[in-house]
Amino acid sequence: MAVAADYIVETRDLTKEFKGFTAVSGVSLRVRRHSIHALIGPNGAGKTTCFNLLTKFLVPTSGRIFFNQRDITHAQPAAVARLGMVRSFQISAVFSHLSVLENVRVALQRRRGGYFHFWRSDRILDQLNDQVMDLLQSVGMTGDVHRLAGELSYGRKRALEIATTLALDPEMLLLDEPMAGMSSEDVLLIAALIRRISANRTILMVEHNLNVVAELSDRISVLKQGRILAEGTYQEVSNNPEVVEAYMGSPDD
Amino acid sequence: MGGLWGKRERLAMLLLLLLALVAPFLVYPVFLMKGLCFALFASAFNLLLGYSGLLSFGHAMFFGFAAYVTAHMGKVWGVNPEWAILGGVVTAAALGLLTGWLAIRRTGIYFAMVTLAFAQMMYFVAIQAPFTHGEDGIQGVPRGRLFGFIDLGESLTLYYFVLLVFVASLWFLNRVVQSPFGQVLKAIRDNEQRAISLGYAVNRFKLLAFVLSAAFSGLAGSMKCQVFQLASLADVHWHSSGEVVLMTLLGGIGSLMGPAVGAFLVVSIENYFAEAGAWVTIIQGGIFVFCVLLFRAGIIGTLSQWLKGLYSGVGKA
Ligand SMILES: Nc1ncnc2c1ncn2[C@@H]1O[C@H](COP(=O)(O)OP(=O)(O)OP(=O)(O)O)[C@@H](O)[C@H]1O
Ligand SMILES: [Mg+2]
Repeated sequence: MAVAADYIVETRDLTKEFKGFTAVSGVSLRVRRHSIHALIGPNGAGKTTCFNLLTKFLVPTSGRIFFNQRDITHAQPAAVARLGMVRSFQISAVFSHLSVLENVRVALQRRRGGYFHFWRSDRILDQLNDQVMDLLQSVGMTGDVHRLAGELSYGRKRALEIATTLALDPEMLLLDEPMAGMSSEDVLLIAALIRRISANRTILMVEHNLNVVAELSDRISVLKQGRILAEGTYQEVSNNPEVVEAYMGSPDD
Repeated sequence: MGGLWGKRERLAMLLLLLLALVAPFLVYPVFLMKGLCFALFASAFNLLLGYSGLLSFGHAMFFGFAAYVTAHMGKVWGVNPEWAILGGVVTAAALGLLTGWLAIRRTGIYFAMVTLAFAQMMYFVAIQAPFTHGEDGIQGVPRGRLFGFIDLGESLTLYYFVLLVFVASLWFLNRVVQSPFGQVLKAIRDNEQRAISLGYAVNRFKLLAFVLSAAFSGLAGSMKCQVFQLASLADVHWHSSGEVVLMTLLGGIGSLMGPAVGAFLVVSIENYFAEAGAWVTIIQGGIFVFCVLLFRAGIIGTLSQWLKGLYSGVGKA
């Protein structure tokens, strides 16, 4: 299987049922290393569920998942993150009672180690502050360093979440609607950031903003009712009559 | 939550410490020592509730069993107080490891129920086991000589020993909260799913917090045994588990001094209205309802919010 190594993530016949309702149905997805791959589809298509399956936040009903040729179908979610596949959440997930700085630092701490040291002062973590500032700079948030994350606007929370995810320096990022709720300026900033970090990383992203998808993605998979409807470049996918129909048929897009 | 050690707080702490040093000349020392023991118990409990977001309803087992072990070691084995206390702490930590290991797999109300179930089992053990002496408890435990030469029979000496243990423990608990470990703990409390997605095996952090909380609850129980020369069923009863929840909520969860203030308040009420008999419970309930309605964030939490508002108001004027 010489080609296998070209793909960082591969799923085979991935299926997830919720009490008889099939949210993800026989999805076989392959994500090429160092590419930006978009997962799109109407509301309720099963995109977030796919993310939950890949990162092991949900256990699949059937099917297998491989990350770097390694079968992770039965791995724990924290272990998958440590292997280098890190996700963000559709509903912004920050540590609201920690400062912006501490939010990013908690992620850096995981790589630094020593996180069980309960007898030491957290002042030793100040060594990480320079790195934190660099990361916050990349998402344009240096002005908010000492604010509590819970006080930020929705768009800023999303940006903070991306900085926190990047702090882990993951081989692969799964971004669930990273630009939802952002101002158009921030959308441009984050799009540029995603492009920049994709140089030596792989990104799988769910995004409703089709301009962003067209601009960034190397490859697109269209999901509808839990199944992959089409796959290809933006050109190929947007000319596919089934895809056009799926989008016209949905009330939101 | 941050800024625990601002200038003002430091000054307030220093004043409190001075007050604690002269207090035994003004107030009955045994009352103060009782207050300090429960203040330590509530502070240990707060590590779990305030900083890990876990509500345990079985902390009496750590408090009570540590007291039994200290009493047994002091009275039957005749060891020095420091070893008897250490024995109590180690017992509580071991119990915490076992209970915690099973309880942390559950969350919310189910977590509370597992801890309660364990505590009830331990209560049953306390009734049945011969070394606890059932209804009588272990009475007349000698106060002994600390390190073999400091006579704790002296009420003042004992008071300063209890105060030292309390201050050192509170310092340490605060250090845990403000450590690399404490950072992760607070992150898990805020958003467990996100902490997992960053690669943290969250159950290990919860377990460590649980064991630390159990160990210091045990220390509180051992100290109480040292003061009252008694270990009894009352300390392992679920009523004690409820009381520590009350103290912590009353004073304010997630603050350094809140639980201690709550503990002194509850102990004072019990002391003050001792003659009122069954009415104590009703008065206590009334005060609790009053405080919860008046101080949403607990006494200390509300006070510090109010002070913050006051100072920023002054700053603007
Ligand atoms: N835990 C769950 N239990 C039951 N049903 C669920 C669960 N999670 C998701 N579903 C259902 O599975 C389907 C797919 O949901 P999912 O969140 O994956 O959609 P999505 O493509 O991310 O949609 P959106 O664009 O709105 O985010 C939906 O019909 C949803 O109601
Ligand atoms: Mg979704």
